[in-house]
Amino acid sequence: MSAVAETLPLPKPETPTRRIAREFFSNPVATAAFALLMIILFLALFAPFLAPQNPYDLAKVTVMDARLEPGERGSAGFVMWLGADGAGRDMWSAILYGLRISLGVGVASGVVALAIGTAIGLLAAYRGGWIDALIMRLVDLQLSFPAILVALILVAILGRGADKVMIALIRVQWAYYARTVRGSALVERRKEYIEAAHCLALPPRRIVFRHLLPNVIAPMIVVGTLQTAHAISLEATLSFLGVGLPLTEPSLGLLIANGFEYMLSGKYWISFYPGVALLATIMSINLVGDRLRDVLNPRLER
Amino acid sequence: MVFIIRRVLQSLVVVLVMSLVVFVGVHLVGDPVHILISDDMTQEEIDRFIQRLGLDRPVHEQYFHFLGNAARGDLGTSFVHGEPALKLILDRMPATLELAFAAFILAIVFGIPLGMYAGLKPEAPASKAIMAGSILGFSLPTFWVGLMLIMVFAVMLGWLPSTGRGDFMTWEGLRHLALPAFNLALFKMALVTRLARAGTREAALQDYVKFARAKGLSPSRVVLVHVLKNILVPVVTVLGLELGGLIAFSVVTETVFAWPGMGKLLIDSIQRLDRPVVVAYLIITVLMFVVINLVVDILYSLLDPRVRLREAKA
Repeated sequence: MSAVAETLPLPKPETPTRRIAREFFSNPVATAAFALLMIILFLALFAPFLAPQNPYDLAKVTVMDARLEPGERGSAGFVMWLGADGAGRDMWSAILYGLRISLGVGVASGVVALAIGTAIGLLAAYRGGWIDALIMRLVDLQLSFPAILVALILVAILGRGADKVMIALIRVQWAYYARTVRGSALVERRKEYIEAAHCLALPPRRIVFRHLLPNVIAPMIVVGTLQTAHAISLEATLSFLGVGLPLTEPSLGLLIANGFEYMLSGKYWISFYPGVALLATIMSINLVGDRLRDVLNPRLER
Repeated sequence: MVFIIRRVLQSLVVVLVMSLVVFVGVHLVGDPVHILISDDMTQEEIDRFIQRLGLDRPVHEQYFHFLGNAARGDLGTSFVHGEPALKLILDRMPATLELAFAAFILAIVFGIPLGMYAGLKPEAPASKAIMAGSILGFSLPTFWVGLMLIMVFAVMLGWLPSTGRGDFMTWEGLRHLALPAFNLALFKMALVTRLARAGTREAALQDYVKFARAKGLSPSRVVLVHVLKNILVPVVTVLGLELGGLIAFSVVTETVFAWPGMGKLLIDSIQRLDRPVVVAYLIITVLMFVVINLVVDILYSLLDPRVRLREAKA
């Protein structure tokens, strides 16, 4: 028997990253969502090179093209496959630029909220005691109000502007991260490797950042993806309501709001296509996040 | 009793803190005087105007003045409409409550049967479609769904009106209510469907359901009486907590459908820097929220004594 075991080469142990990638892509829906998300990111990143016109360069846009139907040729010579809006902007170009702004605001506020929430969650879990109790009371209080209400209060207080909307989004999101990180950190803290690190008399900073943090990253990635989708949706809602991004930074929500008045007269494309772009973004991020949750944490219910 | 008093005191602190944050916060943005005065006013008139609105006094004095008045039910006078802010909001409240309750009922009427079906037959194609639909209900932005409803049912098919509100409980009123109520209900419907499905799957395995079957009761009686009764408790608890969420989200639906409720008033007031109305709306909404949470908490502690014990120990 032992001879057989020696002659057969053992399969190479799979690295965790490989295992996660293999399991992730074994699901066709998640793979399609991932591909779609990559296309959307590509379009958003390279919008200035891909868009047939710069929709905010007043020299390039002419009112002559206003409300052109999808598929008609604009006065600049290219076909407007998705039509034009009330000011004669090519909708496809406007959507590409809008994607950039929506994704930028969503991802940037998500990253900052993740950093702040993680720091607060780790602090609560590691210190415990009254600090933990105080932080968790704040988190509970925050989560007992719907995000849209808190965001509306904040933009009512802060006023309009990209920076203010981002502050509102961060303020709304940090509690989710803090709660997730604290929950997983509390579990990890009781494990032997942390005890061993304590026995080696490592400084708390080292224990928290080198030992505790890497082990709570998986749930953070999952919450991070889902929250980014949530942030994009929330920003679109605020912009649609006219209390979000200013007119100089037209996100998808603002494009949809601009087309709203035309919708009642049957000119659906000005609102419809930006909405499709928004949906594709939110849905693909959500599907990727759901699959990541299944793959990263097999203990969770599928 | 101690538990209830503690929770009431906690809620009062929350309302006070929120009122301070909102009041001070709103006063840091923009100067409403610039919007309200007309160009042909003399400096003297402007001064008198500012004095009349109390805008010349320091913020903390304005806050205590506001708090004192609020305790007497006076939340200030709208800069734009010249009417008491509280009256403006209370005038609009029935419209919002009508919308919220209609959505609440729709969520239950559609969500529970759909969820129970998906829970009883988890492998059926219809169940999979229901669950996929509930994921859509969770992730689609409310305002976008509202637009699509207008596009399909008002513009393309012409079946239902797209904006405004009819008289309460008339045919016209219901026709106006249908689209906004469905729009607002969609998110909660998805939530109820998921809760009902999870509850049904759990209940179907319990001994009392097996026993009811063994007794020879008809399948419909087992499902409609024994299973339904036991999933209603968690569903109603969660929905009670979500009632405040419906009122908050109605801001979006009301704006899309031009529904003349409190939410539309808030958005209009934010855009016109009408501070007293914004502050009054936020105070009233926070108050509603805190009261709903408090009532649900107390009911819960009455139903489940373990909650009280845990709280007493903490």
